[in-house]
Amino acid sequence: MSSLSASDLLQTTINFLAVGGLYALIALGYTLVYGILRFINFAHSDIVSWGAWIALTVASAAGWLASGRSGAAPAFALPLVLLVTMAVCAAMGVTIERLAYRPLRKAPRLNVLITAIGVSLFLQNVGLLDKVFGNRPSTISALLQNDVLATVGGVQLRLFDMLTIFLTLVLVVVLERIVYGTRMGRAMRAVSFDERVASLMGVNVNVVVSVTFALGSALAGAGGILFALRNDLRMTADASWVLLGLKAFVAAVVGGIGNVRGAAAGALLIAFVEVFVHRYVNAAFPDKPWVGQLQDIYVFGILILVLMFKPSGLLGKAVREKV
Amino acid sequence: MNLNTWRGLVIASALLSFVACDKGKKDDKGGGNQAPTTGTIVLGHFASMTGPQATFGISTDQAIRLAIEERNAKGGVKGRRLELVTIDDAGKQSEAATAVTRLINDHHAVAVLGEVASSLSLAGGPIAQKAKVPMISPSSTNPDVTDVGDYVFRVCFLDDFQGWVTAKFARENLKAQKAAILYDQAQAYSSGLADYFEKAFKEMGGTIVTKQAYTGGNLEISSQLQSVKGAGADVVFLPGYYSDAGTIIRKAREAGIKVPFVGGDGWDSEELAKIAGDAINGNYYSNHYVPDEDRPEVRNFVGNYQKKYGKTPDALAALGYDAALVLFDAMERAPSLDGKPLRDAIAGTKNFTGVTGTFSIDENRNAKKSAVIVEYQGGKKVMAARIEKK
Amino acid sequence: MRALQDRVPDLRPALATSVGRSALPFAIAVVLAFAMDKLVGPAVGATWTKILLDVGIAILLAGSLNVINGYAGQFSIGHAGFMLAGGYAAAWLTFYGSVHWFGTKEPIAGFLGKGQLLFLAGCVLAGVIASVFGVIVGLPTLRLRGDYLAIVTLGFGEIMRVLGQITARQPKNMTTIKDMSMFDLSNNLGGAEGFSQVPSYTTLFFVYLFAFVLLVLVYRLKYSTQGRALLAVRENEIAAEAMGVDTTRVKVVAFIFGAFFAGIGGSLYAHQVGALDPKELGFMKSIDLVIIVVIGGMGSITGVVLGAAILVILPEVFRQFADYRMIAYALALILVMILRPQGIMGVKELWETSWWRRQLARLKK
Repeated sequence: MSSLSASDLLQTTINFLAVGGLYALIALGYTLVYGILRFINFAHSDIVSWGAWIALTVASAAGWLASGRSGAAPAFALPLVLLVTMAVCAAMGVTIERLAYRPLRKAPRLNVLITAIGVSLFLQNVGLLDKVFGNRPSTISALLQNDVLATVGGVQLRLFDMLTIFLTLVLVVVLERIVYGTRMGRAMRAVSFDERVASLMGVNVNVVVSVTFALGSALAGAGGILFALRNDLRMTADASWVLLGLKAFVAAVVGGIGNVRGAAAGALLIAFVEVFVHRYVNAAFPDKPWVGQLQDIYVFGILILVLMFKPSGLLGKAVREKV
Repeated sequence: MNLNTWRGLVIASALLSFVACDKGKKDDKGGGNQAPTTGTIVLGHFASMTGPQATFGISTDQAIRLAIEERNAKGGVKGRRLELVTIDDAGKQSEAATAVTRLINDHHAVAVLGEVASSLSLAGGPIAQKAKVPMISPSSTNPDVTDVGDYVFRVCFLDDFQGWVTAKFARENLKAQKAAILYDQAQAYSSGLADYFEKAFKEMGGTIVTKQAYTGGNLEISSQLQSVKGAGADVVFLPGYYSDAGTIIRKAREAGIKVPFVGGDGWDSEELAKIAGDAINGNYYSNHYVPDEDRPEVRNFVGNYQKKYGKTPDALAALGYDAALVLFDAMERAPSLDGKPLRDAIAGTKNFTGVTGTFSIDENRNAKKSAVIVEYQGGKKVMAARIEKK
Repeated sequence: MRALQDRVPDLRPALATSVGRSALPFAIAVVLAFAMDKLVGPAVGATWTKILLDVGIAILLAGSLNVINGYAGQFSIGHAGFMLAGGYAAAWLTFYGSVHWFGTKEPIAGFLGKGQLLFLAGCVLAGVIASVFGVIVGLPTLRLRGDYLAIVTLGFGEIMRVLGQITARQPKNMTTIKDMSMFDLSNNLGGAEGFSQVPSYTTLFFVYLFAFVLLVLVYRLKYSTQGRALLAVRENEIAAEAMGVDTTRVKVVAFIFGAFFAGIGGSLYAHQVGALDPKELGFMKSIDLVIIVVIGGMGSITGVVLGAAILVILPEVFRQFADYRMIAYALALILVMILRPQGIMGVKELWETSWWRRQLARLKK
């Protein structure tokens, strides 16, 4: 199909929504943690990769991956794996926070950043060990048969894309309900606004931080599984996970850090730039293949533009700096 | 002193003591090409034993160790035992240079084997060249590697040959008139191979209907797949690494591309079939060897490797094994194990029969050999053809 | 009693003395660099020479980063981008220039002969080109703080890497090179394959010459007016602005200074490894440099030297752990950050610590 036809546009739109959903799930983890602790959790992308690999381990232990054929596993396999992985990732997030970040709560931010990098390196390299996940790529395509659900105007609506979009919507809505509709959510918002005053008002900051990490990591795990269903699993130390995390973080910042809707909006924007711009710029310059590598530059370019002109992000509120 | 200063000093001295421990193990007599004439012969291997390319290094290393073990059981070389020292370069150029420096200066290796990735061979080569210690790369296919100097050799074929082989197979065996190319522009191996294929395919009378690029690691390629599908090719050339190729083939079949895919030796792995699932059948790739080939060298190698390591050796292992064997053969022929005589002996390797075929080392220190085409049938690799340039 | 104005000419030191005092450390630097090259190098053998080269380059890179992160307190984690830019510029000049003007790809021997002069010119060019990028990166700092600046600098580092990957292929054939002008060749930096066959001009002399010069400059900067302005910006930017410090200028100058020496570091690196691979000089390399600065102690010169030495040598030492090497490294990082967050030296120099003073006092007795 020609690149300017309506069906191509629709196909690209579906792509963009699915990729945006993936970024959103991961971006939410960054934005929640940053909102509470003002700290970029560098190790978040490793929770994403571990989520994918934990899912693989669980599924393969249950024998669902044995045949290797796409969609060979029973229908309840995927939801079960998803729940188990999200729980394990949540536990991982809480543990990491307790062991590596809590002792540095009062330390300068550069130090916590370095610690996060240390945790990231640790997770990557432990994941590479043969006893853990190994250093070879793999797949979980057995868990989902990527059937065509419907064909609309020449465009195939595939199960995976619809599932990603649906799951992202559900999880974002659930998260929003938690943050804005529950007491814990209110405590989270209070701590992100002013930690000391919140603790004076009776909020247990440590519990709030743990819950935040648990939520963010669970979402990261879900994101990891969806990413692996779409693009298969590369080893934990592969640069593609880090780049994924980086783009999701950029999405969180662009949308307005600390802000749930902002993370979703930012993720959609970044996905839009990546998918749409890539598609149409590529079509415009067929003889210059290197144009395809500029995707990463577009993403960082948007970041710089947004930060220069609206530093609190698109949906963020400007914070007045008090002297 | 206060507690903080204590802690700082303790950490600093602990770290520094590691340094002292490590230094104590070596005696720095400096390098040189005067090899000792008695005692164990030390061979060096620099490889990526950790890091993103660890599977390549480990495969190669295991095969070389197997070769050494077998040779030692037969009495070694010139009646002397062989010993292998492997130093990890973690997939980084700077560490590759350090590794070769160490092998030559600290361990007095008479020859160095390595590396798989051409960029790492290019980093280690000049050091071996300067020290006049022969280096044999088992698997670097970039033509530049042997240009470093006359002490650098390789036992694998080059990418321009591989491009020609795949083009010939596509034209003559698959009867393809139109080809599409989908290559990884972030990897010189892939873009180079794509160029060589294109050139050869056109020279053989075919046409390239589209040339699409993707960036390795980024598998959002639906737009490239759409372009390939729309171009109406008879075959798709996919010269990427197996970590991308498997997923790409799966996605391509999902997108409705039904024609066969042809790839290069970067496809060779156990995981490719696992990742691509059913989509893998009916595709081909050029490689250095096929495990099920019915020749005694192959059968023995595959059998012994499986016995020792419990898995089927891949092409990198086969090349590592052949590199070691070529080295042993040269060491036997050479009057002494000093740099120049050994180098000359390696350069004089003629009609050597190894796991990866029968080959000779030519005047550019490359291996003149044939390639095999592997086909996937029922999820298994079978030999489809052996192609050589007359 | 004469008026103070009349006494000033007598109080002012002679021109020779002040020029001498100014230039002396540099002269010492040259002598020390010579000593490193001619005495220390041969004495420790080839392996340790390579390690010392790596340490020297790390000092250059981390020391320059220290001015941005440690003195000015700016959160820059894209430093490898400057290194890459400088490395490419120098390699372009020495590799293509050597073919065009000297007709060879090999390094030309001879102390300060045409080969080494071309190399030095390459290093200076590397510094200049990197500084230009320093300005480009420094400008967003006007509006960004802390973590946001960190991400932007990280993005810059990644952009440099991608730009490096999309350049055109590097011709290796001498005739092909001679047919293209130096200007045309400026896009042929190797692409994803990287730039290789860079002539190996780096020696202990050059590395330690530049490293010692940097250390002298950084030491002088710390105790000068400009240095105080930098430290003021680090401590509290608004207060500094209120006290009349032009924070914009100070921050941009910090970036220019840091980038300049990072560019030189990149040139030395390229001419030592013989190749430049953009994938290896991406954000992981930047992170390595930040780790050196933070572990050594931000703002401390002796800290950075110590940090560079330890962090270059540590992975070598951890080799004995084989597979667990990187895990040991990661754990070491986390432990140091938890147990000693200010780094080994903190903000103090070695001679400012109470330990040093006590040793001196003991000696004086």
